Amino acid sequence: MKQGITVAYRAGIASRAIAAILGGYGVAALATGCLSLVLAQWVGMARAEAVVTATLLSFLWFALAVIWVFAADSALRAWIGLAIPAAVLALGWFALGGA
Amino acid sequence: MTELRKGQGLRQAMAWLHTWSGLLVCWFLFLVFCGGTASYYRDEISVWMKPELHASLNSKVSEVDAAQRAYTFLQREAPNAERWFISLPDERNPTISLFWLRKPTAEDKGKNNRARLETRTLDPATGEPIAGARETRGGDFLYRLHFDLHYMPAIWARWIIGFCTMFMLVAIISGVITHRRIFADFFTFRARKGQRSWLDAHNAVAVLALPFHLMITYTGLVTLMLLYMPWGIQSVYKGDERAFNTELAARAPRNLKASKDSAPLAPIAPMMAQANARWNDSGIQRITVEQPNNASATVALTRRDERSMRTTPPSMVFTGPTGELKATLGEEMAGASATRFTMVGLHVAHFAPTLLRVLFFLSGIAGTLMVATGAVMWAVKTRQHHAKRIAATGCTPFGLRLVEALNLGAIAGLPIAFATYFWANRLLPVDIPQRSAAEIQAFFAAWAAAAVLAQIRPTRGMWRVQLWIGAALFAGLPVLNAFTTSTHLGVTLFHGPAVVAGFDLTVLALGIGLGSAAWLVGKRKAPRKAAAPKTAKATPSNVKGIEVPQ
Repeated sequence: MKQGITVAYRAGIASRAIAAILGGYGVAALATGCLSLVLAQWVGMARAEAVVTATLLSFLWFALAVIWVFAADSALRAWIGLAIPAAVLALGWFALGGA
Repeated sequence: MTELRKGQGLRQAMAWLHTWSGLLVCWFLFLVFCGGTASYYRDEISVWMKPELHASLNSKVSEVDAAQRAYTFLQREAPNAERWFISLPDERNPTISLFWLRKPTAEDKGKNNRARLETRTLDPATGEPIAGARETRGGDFLYRLHFDLHYMPAIWARWIIGFCTMFMLVAIISGVITHRRIFADFFTFRARKGQRSWLDAHNAVAVLALPFHLMITYTGLVTLMLLYMPWGIQSVYKGDERAFNTELAARAPRNLKASKDSAPLAPIAPMMAQANARWNDSGIQRITVEQPNNASATVALTRRDERSMRTTPPSMVFTGPTGELKATLGEEMAGASATRFTMVGLHVAHFAPTLLRVLFFLSGIAGTLMVATGAVMWAVKTRQHHAKRIAATGCTPFGLRLVEALNLGAIAGLPIAFATYFWANRLLPVDIPQRSAAEIQAFFAAWAAAAVLAQIRPTRGMWRVQLWIGAALFAGLPVLNAFTTSTHLGVTLFHGPAVVAGFDLTVLALGIGLGSAAWLVGKRKAPRKAAAPKTAKATPSNVKGIEVPQ
């Protein structure tokens, strides 16, 4: 198509698209699972209420993750910015869920 | 087109994201917006599509009588069903709607429950199916189309729609970030300036109903949130959905096991009296009977909730054979659940009285226009960008041509499909087999024809032709109604039913809107530059330029 669109540019966009769709969903899913546990165990909400609250918020995290992925300076930074919260949330889920 | 570059700043990056997240799914979103907007008048559309019912619209029958007639009918036709649903008549829907789930037979193995669902519409005055009433799915088809699509399993459709809705949410948020002078620009309109006019029109319809767009997108995701995000149940309940639902306790339990003994059902009237006494005569909306005529039967009465925004009105559950009260559910609801069901309630707007319903409908149209103007704007902008090349080589880049053709097929084609559905309802013989399905086939056949023609010739001439066809079909509906029924505008404007008059006037207005769009497209025939010979929609116009129905 247009001159100046390089393979590297296309690869970067493809990488970000995957980061946004799959990575974003992953972060939202982990955040939902983790926040449900936090609300149920630390805040003392009823279990069903905790799950509903966390699930209601889940699409917000998803949208913010997507915004982050495309606002980041490079595809690599976008991935790192998803990986860190994902790791923290996964750890939290594991720690609270295992208990 | 601008590119996503390093260090270009947030606003530029968001402009890029807004463009692509919007463009990639806009045709799907257009369909979802059209179907959803029509669904605000789902009951009214169903009434219009069953003209045999119009005569009984003005008859008033008490809830208890209606319920007893429904019971009599079901005892005769489906005494051994697994479940009965009875929807009692109200102001928007004057008939008794019955659904029942047949006991599964060998044939039903592997099919989903819907294959076993039987439905009937009864005249509340006689308790019999309305004689000679045509078979139609009415507004329910448009409602289902909005989130289940068609010709595919509902679960796939819901994932596809959820995926597109997430794109929509991202497009809205990035659009707001990009657009820093959002309110100032709302008052800016530069007519006849090509791409700028489309931008202004897009801004106007987007900002005008921005709270609605944001609300409808997020609450749309919330309606199916446990399908999309089951991870809270996974973490807290280790995936035990049953336990979660039990603790939520908003609904009567379903799928009770039948016991071996049969037992006749207790009469319904005393249960209804008891419920009405508890709920200050608010009335009963729905009756659900699990395992009728079985010793383990239960009867659940759901309160009529017209003023509540929440979608899960409380219910009372009685033991089927004795009529004893077993439980009252959903009267008290904890904060998060109440929030959830209020959000769902905002999405479906069952609570909305006449005027508010009109506002929801208009906001839906604004959303439809937002999607349409955005899609057209991309095409206009891209064509300008490639103007030199197109002029030099005489051929349009593949991507641009595809988008232009898809825009045409969706924005001008879908109104034709909607109108054809209504025309088919009046013109198909009343007694042909599979009549409801034939109406739906007419919808898709008309749309397919429009979309294929759009791919073959995505020209401005084709825009005009299709918009005029849509306009004629919509504006012709009241005329068709006058020729095929006795409840046409000449009668309904003076003697009611108001619902039927309302439908005729609304489609007439939509037809006029489409007609003015067609007229505007035709008016600016002379190409402004050599760069845009006979292009699809490279036309400046005012906001009404692409008035789109539903």
